[in-house]
Amino acid sequence: MAVDWPAIALSVRLAIATTLILLLIGLPLAAWLAFSRRRGRWAVDAIVALPLVLPPTVLGFYVLVALGPRSPLGHAYEAITGRTIVFSFQGLLVASILYSLPFAVQPFAAAFAAVDRGLIETAWCLGASRLRTFTRIVVPLARPGIVAGMVLSFAHTLGEFGVVLMVGGNLPGRTRTVSVSIYDDVQAFDYARAGRTAAALLLFSFVVLAVSYRSQRKSGRTWPHA
Amino acid sequence: MAARLIASFLRRLAPDLSVRADFELNSGEPDVMVLFGPSGAGKTTILRCLAGLDRPQEGSIRFGDEIWFDASTGVDVSPQRRRLAYVSQDYGLFPHLTVEQNIRFGMDSAPSGARDRVEALLRTVHLKNVGGRSPSTLSGGERQRVALARALARDPRLILLDEPLAALDLPLRDPMRRELRQFLRSINVPSLVVTHDRIDALTLGDRMAVLSGGYIHQVGAVHDVFSRPADVEVAASVGVETVVPGEVRDTRDGLATVRVGAVDLRVAHAIAGARMVFVSIRAEDVTLEVPRSADASARNRLEGRVTSIQPEGPVVRVTVDCGFLLTAVITRPALEELALVEGTPLVAVVKATAIHLIQRDVG
Repeated sequence: MAVDWPAIALSVRLAIATTLILLLIGLPLAAWLAFSRRRGRWAVDAIVALPLVLPPTVLGFYVLVALGPRSPLGHAYEAITGRTIVFSFQGLLVASILYSLPFAVQPFAAAFAAVDRGLIETAWCLGASRLRTFTRIVVPLARPGIVAGMVLSFAHTLGEFGVVLMVGGNLPGRTRTVSVSIYDDVQAFDYARAGRTAAALLLFSFVVLAVSYRSQRKSGRTWPHA
Repeated sequence: MAARLIASFLRRLAPDLSVRADFELNSGEPDVMVLFGPSGAGKTTILRCLAGLDRPQEGSIRFGDEIWFDASTGVDVSPQRRRLAYVSQDYGLFPHLTVEQNIRFGMDSAPSGARDRVEALLRTVHLKNVGGRSPSTLSGGERQRVALARALARDPRLILLDEPLAALDLPLRDPMRRELRQFLRSINVPSLVVTHDRIDALTLGDRMAVLSGGYIHQVGAVHDVFSRPADVEVAASVGVETVVPGEVRDTRDGLATVRVGAVDLRVAHAIAGARMVFVSIRAEDVTLEVPRSADASARNRLEGRVTSIQPEGPVVRVTVDCGFLLTAVITRPALEELALVEGTPLVAVVKATAIHLIQRDVG
């Protein structure tokens, strides 16, 4: 094969799944970080930011240990599904979510914190519950930051290497992602194929970023004039 | 449905800085109470505590038979359930929603008839055909009207307005002030309006509470507070130009003789038993004459010299040293007629009824 298409497809699938799940858990988590006045907030802040400073191999190592067949978590997963979670797509997904957590949560939280407090209070005084205020006022006003967080998570997952190698190994079609594939090709002196795969990834990344930034620019105006 | 708001609470902003509020507000009549005081006096804090956005440390807030806040039992009803309107200084319109969506945000769903309701609310504030527009395309006055319409959408039981005119350009303020007055009179919901502007207070309020130095000094009918300030802080904040210490020498037939500096003033206001007083005189109650003019009926004819002349728009503020510094306001033509310059000798005339005494504690 001239280009490792299965690896690209796997990476894209992983990146999309990671981004969507991060959206689901990242929005409430970011809302809590942005609005809570609890004492323990700093600890959660630090935990969320950990993947930024931790070497991917360290993170991958802990995920491997935590999800391995000997761990309670890995054991339970195996008992239910009959498969191991490590060296599988699901294992990669868990690792990717942890690894990209700060890239989603931090822009989300920054965008929430930047929403004018007065508008939130106005919504409360108009009778809107905290949830309704969040969905109708905070999220729409924080949209640029939410899109930015999603783009960053997507790009970060697409390019991850160390964590994937630790948790997923290198099983073609199952856990071999683009970056691992390129590394393999270079190790095997197949510079031509590595170059083509790299070029395909480069082009794809550019298109994703270009499209999302273009949509940002459009929504930059607060309202389309009638 | 005559419910009464009874507020008596204290909120600490810092270890040595707190705001105390004690006042009542009757509903059931279109009563506009102005909460008046200089910037930073804590007016907004009081409003936010009433709205449920800030939590006082002491005291209680009751509305009718509901308890909104009670520090001793820990009751603190959420802003959502107080059902009042709170309009912040910048109006708080949601920028990502249209005018109609903004107004509907405050309604309890029911999409049928909501559109008519929006139109009706917009008519109340004299707006037409703006439902589909974005708040960012509206003028300052229109934004205020939309905010008021939205505030009414919930049938509030109490209206709280924080500096409603401060965000408007000067030329717009006068007409909007009158319009706001009519609006507040027409809706039959009691309102509390925060302002630091004397003209706002005089125009909008039926009653006013004067906040200074962290507590409410005086509550009363607006005119009463202006003409009879309860203490020096109130006199200073409602802008009585001349407030000087004096000593009551004699009271006879309801007319007091008060020694101020080197002169005796006759005052038609007596405080029983008070000897040490502050004398407050509004500049518009002082008449200036050149010496040797015919005697007038005024009790107080004070000879002095002009010490400063300050033009202020169409009027001129003239300060006269007549044993104490007394400020008068006269028109520009009057200034020219009297040919006043600094040092000109003249007679300042104050009617005894225009002088107000404030009891002075001697420490």
